[in-house]
Amino acid sequence: MDKTELPWNNPVVEANASAPAARLGQYAQPPLRNFGSIDPYNRISREAKDMIPPPFEYQAPTSVSEALALLGKNPEAKVLAGGQSLIPLMRFRLASPAMLVDLNRIGDLAYIKEGEGWLRIGAMTRESDLDQSDLIAKKYPLLADTTHVVADPLVRNLSTLGGNLAHADPANDHPATMIAYRAQIVATGPKGERTIPASEFFKGPFETALAPNELLTEIRIPAPGKGSGGAYVKMERKVGDFATAAVAVQVSLAKDGTLERVGIALTNVGLVPIQASAAEKALTGKKPDDAVLRQAADLAAKAAKPESDARGSEEYKRALVKTLTVRALRKAVARAQGG
Amino acid sequence: MSTHHIQVKVNGAVKAAEVESRLLLVHFLRESLNLTGTHIGCDTTSCGACTVLWNGRAVKSCTLFAVQADGAELRTVEGLAQDGKLHPIQVGFHEKHGLQCGFCTPGMMMASVALLEANPKPTEDEIRWGLSGNLCRCTGYVNIVKAVQQAAEQMQG
Repeated sequence: MDKTELPWNNPVVEANASAPAARLGQYAQPPLRNFGSIDPYNRISREAKDMIPPPFEYQAPTSVSEALALLGKNPEAKVLAGGQSLIPLMRFRLASPAMLVDLNRIGDLAYIKEGEGWLRIGAMTRESDLDQSDLIAKKYPLLADTTHVVADPLVRNLSTLGGNLAHADPANDHPATMIAYRAQIVATGPKGERTIPASEFFKGPFETALAPNELLTEIRIPAPGKGSGGAYVKMERKVGDFATAAVAVQVSLAKDGTLERVGIALTNVGLVPIQASAAEKALTGKKPDDAVLRQAADLAAKAAKPESDARGSEEYKRALVKTLTVRALRKAVARAQGG
Repeated sequence: MSTHHIQVKVNGAVKAAEVESRLLLVHFLRESLNLTGTHIGCDTTSCGACTVLWNGRAVKSCTLFAVQADGAELRTVEGLAQDGKLHPIQVGFHEKHGLQCGFCTPGMMMASVALLEANPKPTEDEIRWGLSGNLCRCTGYVNIVKAVQQAAEQMQG
């Protein structure tokens, strides 16, 4: 790559704050800075050139229909939401989409609304907005737990719920949570909307049920009734890391204190988030005493399909799932009993 | 090549430029605007050295394209001191020895400013949590927390 290809060689002008952008003219002023003989590549680092994405077309539609039209016409396009996974992939050149369709200028995709038995969250709602929502803190502890441990605060200021799901990284935190909640994912395409149960949304690593011309527009979580509670318990090597393993639990208790509905799903112990169906079934209708919870945790650990890697051996991760499931169940049950 | 006209407000001054779509915000700030106070630490969205305020939110400027910042209000470490007077967070880092090599400092200070603007009286836990996206390889966290605590007191007058 020669220097003329550097993406930062365009001139910058000082502009009058009140002047409309269009009237700034032809950038008659010289660039503020001239590199002269300095090669910025050498100055930054030997690897810096690998950290610049390859060129791509960029479109920033302001409505869902405009975005859908762009996706329909450009099958090679990739959707840019918060960008906190996609932009790193592009910098590493692991992804090199011909076009980015940036959803950040579509204002009406960011909302948190409750009504008619559902919590509806716009796909472009950022993690930090979920984290700061009183409604979610009060009524949706599983979601509150989850959003609080996604990456780090700086990433959460940009990353979105829709992006976390549509990216479908098996290490992402929200997929398991949405399966435990029995959430519905709304996909909008040229023919309108369809809803996909979270348990059927994740098809493989980075693969979802979304068609290339569809957008994930909304997430619907069933509003929990009385006697419901949930918890997300994650083991990470340090703050901001992906989960070594994590467990999402959502329960509701019947009047007699037995478990009426149980959702359990596991993060990063398989190629997709895993619904621990046998464990869910073993708990349903039972009193949530510790022996019963431990038995279910054994079943959850059996359902896990972890692989050995830098975060731990297969054996360790399986044992971890067991422990985290017991902890998440205890926490969820305590919350359900408390409210 | 896809280029776009953008106009941003950086530390109160309006700047306009033609940018290539793939230009990262941190490269725009450092290379086009010569605002080299914003550092590039890891290039992998891990370290927070490149933290700037984007419409008041602390973000990693290596993980945002410059074109996405069109119309945005940005603040960088160069915008902290006003009229030759250091910002309380700068005084805090100076007086509490909140830096050793100093490489992470601009990002630490910008994340701290966002934290203090949202939460003027943070507890120690809240400070540590709020700065958990910023890494200090000198591991000077104890004094960084003290610096933020001093700034919090000072900012309340």
